[in-house]
Amino acid sequence: MVKNAPILIPVVYLTACLVIALIRPRFRHFAYPVTLVAVSLASAISIGMLCLVIQYGIMRYQFGGWVPPIGIEYVIDPLSGFVLVVINAVACLVLIHSLNVNKVEMDQRLVPYYAVVMLFMLGLNGMVLTGDFFNLFVFLEISSLAAYGLIAVGSKGSAFAAFRYLILGTVGASLYLLGLGFLYLKTGSLNMADLAAIIPFVQPQKDPALIIALVLMTTGICIKMAIVPLHGWLPDAYTLAPSVTSSLIAPIGTKVAAYVLIRMLFGVYGVDVISREFPITFVLGWLAAAGIIYGSVMAIAQTELKRMLAYSSVAQVGYIGLGISMANPLGLIGAVLHVLNHAVMKACLFLVAANLRIQTGHSDISRFDHTYRVKMPWTMAAFTVAAISMIGLPPLAGFFSKWYLALGAIENSQWIFLGVILVSSLLNAVYFFRIIEKVYMKSPGDHAAKEEPAVKFGSVEPALSMLVPTIVFAVLLIGLGLFNALIVTRLILPMLPPGM
Amino acid sequence: MESILGHYVYWVIIALLCIGLYAIMFKKNLVKQVIGLSIFQTSVILFWVSSAVKWNATVPIYDPAYPLETTALYINPLPHTLMLTAIVVGVATLGVAFALLIIIFRRHRTLNEDKLIENMKEW
Repeated sequence: MVKNAPILIPVVYLTACLVIALIRPRFRHFAYPVTLVAVSLASAISIGMLCLVIQYGIMRYQFGGWVPPIGIEYVIDPLSGFVLVVINAVACLVLIHSLNVNKVEMDQRLVPYYAVVMLFMLGLNGMVLTGDFFNLFVFLEISSLAAYGLIAVGSKGSAFAAFRYLILGTVGASLYLLGLGFLYLKTGSLNMADLAAIIPFVQPQKDPALIIALVLMTTGICIKMAIVPLHGWLPDAYTLAPSVTSSLIAPIGTKVAAYVLIRMLFGVYGVDVISREFPITFVLGWLAAAGIIYGSVMAIAQTELKRMLAYSSVAQVGYIGLGISMANPLGLIGAVLHVLNHAVMKACLFLVAANLRIQTGHSDISRFDHTYRVKMPWTMAAFTVAAISMIGLPPLAGFFSKWYLALGAIENSQWIFLGVILVSSLLNAVYFFRIIEKVYMKSPGDHAAKEEPAVKFGSVEPALSMLVPTIVFAVLLIGLGLFNALIVTRLILPMLPPGM
Repeated sequence: MESILGHYVYWVIIALLCIGLYAIMFKKNLVKQVIGLSIFQTSVILFWVSSAVKWNATVPIYDPAYPLETTALYINPLPHTLMLTAIVVGVATLGVAFALLIIIFRRHRTLNEDKLIENMKEW
């Protein structure tokens, strides 16, 4: 049972996908409980596996008994176990929240929607679990194809946004495959652990093919991760997608790409190659820094909450990229911690945006005033907590990942990056306090009198199924902040690659 | 001359790659972009397939005429097998792309990128 645990998560998701797809339209409301069962099972399994891995070391599962590198294997080490817990737990809470949102936004399409959600989760989990680069490509495409479908069912422009994402995403995946071709030609292996052992003997600094492979694969992954010049698909896709899709994809989609990047750069090529012999981290660092500033400035310019959050995602992914690019332990701790923190923060903020959309029919920042706080005090409290965490005030979670990133920048003497982190915190403060100020201070003014209260469920808080996940995320942010030392020492330190 | 004739496969692949990228970046019609995408994917698949080509070698099934010591006489089947998967993935991508194009056309009555981006500002 424990030996076969790694395969259980994909099996659970695939089974759930098939079961949901078989539900007749008349019984479409059964899709929601099946989804919940699957995703909570997967969360429980991943939490159990993380505990086992921390205690007993790396778990491996070999397909069909073929010994790697000939066969495909699933590997769970502290890093992948951690990312598994993050994506499954966040998805679990977001999907609990989806009950009423989906009833309003896509009542007739519940069955296919939840079936595709299961496929999406399958793809992401597979990318994290696998120890084989080609298998990773297949799972990458599964999750991406599911994501295109999930985005395209949103508002009018969503199909076009999904199409642009499809073009960019497929180009990214093809570049990844091309790079993988070079890697395979030079080394004759696709297994990550095997490659990590072979690459030092091939000596990348003398062999341009391996460097080309590194560059092509990094570019492909960076498209998925939305590092700045390659972020074009993200704002429209997040904004125009249905509420559940954006609150599902925004917290975990780009994080898995970040995981793949960490795995490839540190787990396979190794710190020496990427930071000294061929400094790809130098390019990544400057692009990430540019992305942080660009995303924050663009977020200030937005007037719609979801679009603002989308640009803020571009900035936050930049933090993760910056942490990876530092190639020192503190930077990597900051990046991994930010994967967790940003997943929770962004999920909380997107759930608040969904609550606003369902309860008031819009998420237009200019129309916010203090009646929103009177109408939904808990939702707005959760928003405030998440916003303060995004800005990075202690004791909330967001502060600590930025703290480690800043320490990493100091250790490398990268003063400009340190400045970027500080400036972007101020920019975050500008665009979040703008909303908090409106919600807590601004009186409703004249335009509110003219506006009919476009409230669907009464002028109170959203339903419990929506309110509870939102508040749980907000409480989690406080908890993650308070216990961050525990998370870093128990979970993140064991995952640092050897030689760091 | 040697670098052109000796590696003509790679030059063809590079040409296909560039044609595909050109169509994706500069064509305004979304169907043409999808065609470009398909060419782009095909060039990557060709790269993998050409990498495992070997003259005067045989299929990777044990043949008494070729003793096991001469493994160089057998073709490596792995790149070709992997590309079967990649082709299937490409077909699935094309299917999703065309499904999206149908939705886009139904919603906006156009497949011209400029017009769609112009419309986009109103949503």
